[in-house]
Amino acid sequence: MKILVPVKRVIDANIRVRVKPDQTGVETANVKMAMNPFCEIAVEQALRLKEAGHAEEVIIVSAGPEKCQETIRTGLAMGADRGVHINTETTLEPLAIAKMIKAVAEKESADLVILGKQAIDDDNNQTGQMLAAIMQRPLGSYISKIEKNHDGFAITREIDAGLEKLQITSPAVVTTDLRLNEPRYASLPNIMKAKKKPIDIVTPEQLGVDISNRIEVLQVTEPPTRDAGVMVSSAAELVDKLKNEAKVI
Amino acid sequence: MNILVIAEHDNADLAPATLNTVTAAGQVGGDVHVLVAGQDCAGVADAAAKIAGVSKVWVCDCATYAHEITENTAALIQSIVNGKGDGKGYSHVMAPASTFGKALIPYVAALCDVQSISDISEVVDADTFVRPIYAGNALSKVKSSEAVKMLTVRTTAFELADDASADQSTDQNKWAEIESIDDAGATNWVQFIEQSLSPSERPELTSARVVVSGGRGMQSGENFPLLEKLADQLGGAVGASRAAVDAGFVPNDYQVGQTGKVVAPDLYLAVGISGAIQHLAGMKDSKVIVAINNDEEAPIFQVADYGWNEDLFVAVPALQAELEK
Ligand SMILES: Cc1cc2nc3c(=O)[nH]c(=O)nc-3n(C[C@H](O)[C@H](O)[C@H](O)COP(=O)(O)OP(=O)(O)OC[C@H]3O[C@@H](n4cnc5c(N)ncnc54)[C@H](O)[C@@H]3O)c2cc1C
Repeated sequence: MKILVPVKRVIDANIRVRVKPDQTGVETANVKMAMNPFCEIAVEQALRLKEAGHAEEVIIVSAGPEKCQETIRTGLAMGADRGVHINTETTLEPLAIAKMIKAVAEKESADLVILGKQAIDDDNNQTGQMLAAIMQRPLGSYISKIEKNHDGFAITREIDAGLEKLQITSPAVVTTDLRLNEPRYASLPNIMKAKKKPIDIVTPEQLGVDISNRIEVLQVTEPPTRDAGVMVSSAAELVDKLKNEAKVI
Repeated sequence: MNILVIAEHDNADLAPATLNTVTAAGQVGGDVHVLVAGQDCAGVADAAAKIAGVSKVWVCDCATYAHEITENTAALIQSIVNGKGDGKGYSHVMAPASTFGKALIPYVAALCDVQSISDISEVVDADTFVRPIYAGNALSKVKSSEAVKMLTVRTTAFELADDASADQSTDQNKWAEIESIDDAGATNWVQFIEQSLSPSERPELTSARVVVSGGRGMQSGENFPLLEKLADQLGGAVGASRAAVDAGFVPNDYQVGQTGKVVAPDLYLAVGISGAIQHLAGMKDSKVIVAINNDEEAPIFQVADYGWNEDLFVAVPALQAELEK
């Protein structure tokens, strides 16, 4: 089996983002970037399936500007075999990304595509579902467990009410939730090795995908802030404030 | 303009999130219809027909929809958007931004070659919406050029629509008509095995009036009954930080935050939670926030209306005793 793992380069989860003064977006210049945490979980799961003997090859794909190759290298340093970079400066929407991943998945004959459930920048939570829909392959969203079996994959999903188990056929598309695994750190020798692993470069045009935007961002603003309140020092004081000042109990 | 709201339910009860979604749909302006896809779900369809502002309920009562399978529900919605039923089609399809809606809406959107919009927190007009990005650290106002807008709705940002089901005396003439609709076939790719749901006597987390959440500071799952007792005294639900879920103190469905559930109760108590931005993303729209933490520098105090710098194992029992008085 071949596994394709689409990954996204995002502002590091530990950075506090700032809205640009011209309200066109958030400040990204000179900000630390990293692989989206859910994508790291996806890479880790692909590697575990390969290590368990279920897959022969793990391919990382990322769409965006040249710098995305750094993110692909992160995946290669974790242990993936090779990369595909879809090179474009255009801001991409999930549907366009899904269409490009579909083109790559078909070219590579990938049996399983593992994506993060959401990217922590746009918080869209869309690409995996869209990919499954346009590829007409079964979707396993928000998984916390996956096992290869005779009929395909046995998956456990994290849903609002608890956990859900499904059996899905192969080939399939799945998206990762936080509890699926804890991603490994790349060792120094593996970081060195990753520099030699191949990354193919393609363009949206070569993949035959129209990436023009359908959603226009009109304005990006700061949310209203909350002011710090007061400190209390006893249960009696807290209950009194909640009853008589805030009137919430 | 017709707006189709996809009902979230468990075949017995309509999830309150559906009522918030109907309110958002009403703000778009147009006729609001509700789709109930399920099995033996007539009671849910009846409840949907009584929601204020709903003019029609489509019900598809079929074994295919006994359990929510994204592929099956999506195919049904696609057929309706394309004009099955009264053949008029829809300008908007909306569902709550729960795991149900978040999985479903992008899937249907892609089937229809539409770029959907996730987690809207404001309706500006029929094409323009506001949504939080970067864990709520920025708000993005976006305009869609799609013929059909497909949206998930941040339920905490919209009031519950009036739900007449509590008041049986309400004028029956005002209830929406209920019409059945044919199913759209079942996928054979996906087989439902089982659900293990966290049983709870308490109110549902995302719609509870009071939420008591515990973090890593709780130290173990065995200590959570402390918070459960407090929640029961306040008529609330129990939530948690990601750290508490990852450590196995409580199940995944307790997680509040950027990548968990979003809550906005009247009262949110954060106990032994530091206040990471990813956690704040899920609770900072609460009306009143109380933080109990033994680290006076904890960032949670910066958003709390009432902070108590105390060991939680001292503070929580004291609070329980005070509430008992
Ligand atoms: C991709 C991604 C997604 C994430 N999504 C979420 C999410 O949805 N929700 C979420 O919550 N987090 C999320 N996080 C994690 C988040 O960054 C924090 O790590 C997490 O919220 C920390 O949980 P905590 O506050 O319980 O633990 P800690 O940060 O360890 O804080 C524990 C707190 O307990 C206090 N404490 C300890 N002992 C006591 C005591 N005896 N009495 C009183 N106070 C005590 C400490 O002072 C401390 O402030 C996400 C992170 C990433 C990278």
